[in-house]
Amino acid sequence: MEIFGIWIASLLTLCIYSFLYRDNPFYRFAEHLFVGISVGYSIVITIHQGFIPLAWNPLSEAMVALGTQIRGEATPETSEALSGLFKIFPIGIGLLFFARLSPRQAWLIRYPIAILIGFNSGIAIPNVLRAAIFEQTHGTLTPFAQMHAGSMSLDDIIGAVFIGIGLICTLIYFFFSVEHQGPVGWLSKIGIAFLMVGFGAAFGNTVMGRVALLIHRTGFLINDWLGTIF
Amino acid sequence: MKKIIKCLMVYLVLCMSISIAFSQGLSPPSNVTAVDTPNDDGRSVTIQWDAAPEDSGISGYQILRRIAGGGLEEIGEMLPAGTTSYVDATIEKGNAYAYIVRAVSDTGATVDSEETAPVKGTGEWFHTGKIPLFVAMLLFSAAILWNIYDARSGKEVFVRRIPGLEAVDEAIGRATEMGRSILYVLGLGGVDNVATIASMTILGQIARRTADYETPLRVPCNDPIVLNVIREMVRTSYLDEGRPDAYNEENIFFLTDSQFAYAAGVDGMMVREKPAAVFLQGQFYAESLLMAETGNSIGAIQIAGTDSEHQLPFFIAACDYTLIGEELYAATAYLSKDPMFLGSLRGQDWGKVVIFAAIVLGVILELSGVGWITSFLQRVR
Repeated sequence: MEIFGIWIASLLTLCIYSFLYRDNPFYRFAEHLFVGISVGYSIVITIHQGFIPLAWNPLSEAMVALGTQIRGEATPETSEALSGLFKIFPIGIGLLFFARLSPRQAWLIRYPIAILIGFNSGIAIPNVLRAAIFEQTHGTLTPFAQMHAGSMSLDDIIGAVFIGIGLICTLIYFFFSVEHQGPVGWLSKIGIAFLMVGFGAAFGNTVMGRVALLIHRTGFLINDWLGTIF
Repeated sequence: MKKIIKCLMVYLVLCMSISIAFSQGLSPPSNVTAVDTPNDDGRSVTIQWDAAPEDSGISGYQILRRIAGGGLEEIGEMLPAGTTSYVDATIEKGNAYAYIVRAVSDTGATVDSEETAPVKGTGEWFHTGKIPLFVAMLLFSAAILWNIYDARSGKEVFVRRIPGLEAVDEAIGRATEMGRSILYVLGLGGVDNVATIASMTILGQIARRTADYETPLRVPCNDPIVLNVIREMVRTSYLDEGRPDAYNEENIFFLTDSQFAYAAGVDGMMVREKPAAVFLQGQFYAESLLMAETGNSIGAIQIAGTDSEHQLPFFIAACDYTLIGEELYAATAYLSKDPMFLGSLRGQDWGKVVIFAAIVLGVILELSGVGWITSFLQRVR
């Protein structure tokens, strides 16, 4: 069975790699298989990890508890299960997405969209503000505090000053409502130079990672797959 | 009788461990307090105690807790020597817990602190530690609102040239002249992603132009919710341009939510449909180069934009134009010239001026030995 799996994985790997030559039926087969299986898999995951535990189970338990409550046989457990009835609101909002299926009621879809965008923006914006502004500013200033304390080597001092200059110039590059001329233009050019140096380093670093992935895959084909033949 | 024997045994073991501890000079943790953790949902208690001297012989601490009327139970792993606090995040709301901190020596000898007073976990409605963040958000929002008001009152808002956005009309025109489609890829972000939200608004602007030119706009989606949002946005754009007849919902479709299956699908579409223009705007991960390189190989004009700094180098290498980070957020204002977006853009610039000033002032103050800006930022974190 393991050998069968190795063969499937190897043949599909070769099908995908065949794209390097040109689009061909083997690549198309692997692509459609990959897309189809991934969609099927995600539907199963959504049902088992989303719909059933978050919507179906709490709601059905709440309905059973409601029946028990109506019959006058309430226990502390039934009272707790009744809280599942509140799930009706998010489920109802979610169901509005299906309004799209009816052209006349399609406008209803705007409500869940507005709630989702508003809710997610509300969560994202404070986190971005904290992580991308406050923490970054703090990280930039911390070395200067150490510099004053005299606990930094010359290399670190040069590095901190360099980063400070780079940050300020890069920030100036991202001013949009100011014409980039004169000193602003010069500073923004220094800023974009800093960005490009950073991107170059990131490019090299990531390419090395990708080459490692290629080596790993080639190793799989040579050792695991060809190993089953020879 | 059994109970009495049990009690006697426990008493003996306790006496023995205490005597062993004292014989080895182990002193119990002092000033042990247990308080409801502030600014949480009421599901944790923080236990604190004084640091033991370095020569105390303590090699670690074990936390024990007791629900009112119950027995003692060990919680968590052994804490290393030098620890002075522990957050018990395994409590149940409504129960009162008392804690003991047990000091353990290298030889296994133990000595217990006094038991703390019982404490209950209670949730707070407001996280007081986030007040500075809230104030910053209010100020930032006020700056944006003021600038939107200013822009709407007719005052012209200058926006500097962004080459990547100037090429948008060129790309759409090229696709129209060639009679080919435009492929718009939003990346892998959901509706909670800022780059995806920015990308969706750019798509709305591009859809206005494609509605005018009747150029097919193909949008494969990775997220079903994003799919519904952008269908609505693109439909609205076509309606605003008075071309609802040109809108084809089937051109905006769900492909898959799997990263590399999505990349494989988009690549396949590129080589088969050969779009004249490819927009890669939003949140991207490792699939960025796969898509950008394929788009390059088919000769499409490519305009990319992302705030994923690790993917920007690939877009810069393989695309004709790249919107770097914040340029992606500025794109809507740049393309639409709508006073609301322009005002918002200038408001963001005001925010950057404040950050700029904070950094310059912070550097000067830190070098002078005044660290209140750093302390403030530390608290906000």
